[in-house]
Amino acid sequence: MPGEEGVWVFIFGDMMVFSLFFITFLYYRGQNVELFTTSQTHLNQAFGALNTFFMLTSSWFVAMAVQAARRNLGELTPILFSLAWVCGFGFAVIKVMEYSEKIRAGITLTTNDFFMYYYIFTGIHFMHVLIGMGVLAVLARYSWNGEFNDVKIRNLESGASFWHVVDLLWIVLFALLYLIK
Amino acid sequence: MTELLRSRTTLIWFLLVAATIFSWEMGHGVGLHDARYAGAAIIVVAFVKVRFVILDFMEIRHAPLPMRIVGEAWVLIVCTILIALFLKSPQ
Repeated sequence: MPGEEGVWVFIFGDMMVFSLFFITFLYYRGQNVELFTTSQTHLNQAFGALNTFFMLTSSWFVAMAVQAARRNLGELTPILFSLAWVCGFGFAVIKVMEYSEKIRAGITLTTNDFFMYYYIFTGIHFMHVLIGMGVLAVLARYSWNGEFNDVKIRNLESGASFWHVVDLLWIVLFALLYLIK
Repeated sequence: MTELLRSRTTLIWFLLVAATIFSWEMGHGVGLHDARYAGAAIIVVAFVKVRFVILDFMEIRHAPLPMRIVGEAWVLIVCTILIALFLKSPQ
């Protein structure tokens, strides 16, 4: 099993919570499809797509960082975690730009149901990104000296798994909020 | 580094990015003209991507069987519920 059992329990709980978010969103969308589709036209799909690219790429760096630690290429591990952090930072910058664009246009949490879900779900996800960036920074520092043993690799895997969840939750959020008509 | 870049992980990353561009285009109505089919296809593509992240990036492909079953079941169940809810909603 990659990583610690406790981390997997947390990850599974988190995925269940987000499953409920996804189901809630589509259920209420079904009650008022027109409002949801017109509101969606105010979202910036380019920002959403760019952020998906950042998430996928940072996840790729994280996966390679763990593989490097296992394959005696440990000197690359902290570099790859740092690159993943940079992609996470890119995601955060775009998200802040996106939120400010919305707020400047007078679109807030109370505008309508669509934007309430938009702000709450992307906001909770954004908190995951910020926590994940903290985790990535710790992993980069932790792997700096090399000396990878089983325990160290397990810890890297645990942190990496959390970041991959942040990635996969965004993949679904992007499809549901930005793409489906 | 070349060894890492040539791994399966890189191929998966490439496919995930390609799938994102494909979904984005479908969101613009390219390919499938009926929004219902396009929407259902976008949800399917999203969960295919999620499955690759779970199996290859999170390395569940080689994890103990119960973990793999939980992962696959989550993808299948949530994807099915979301498609059903999406198709049930009036256009």
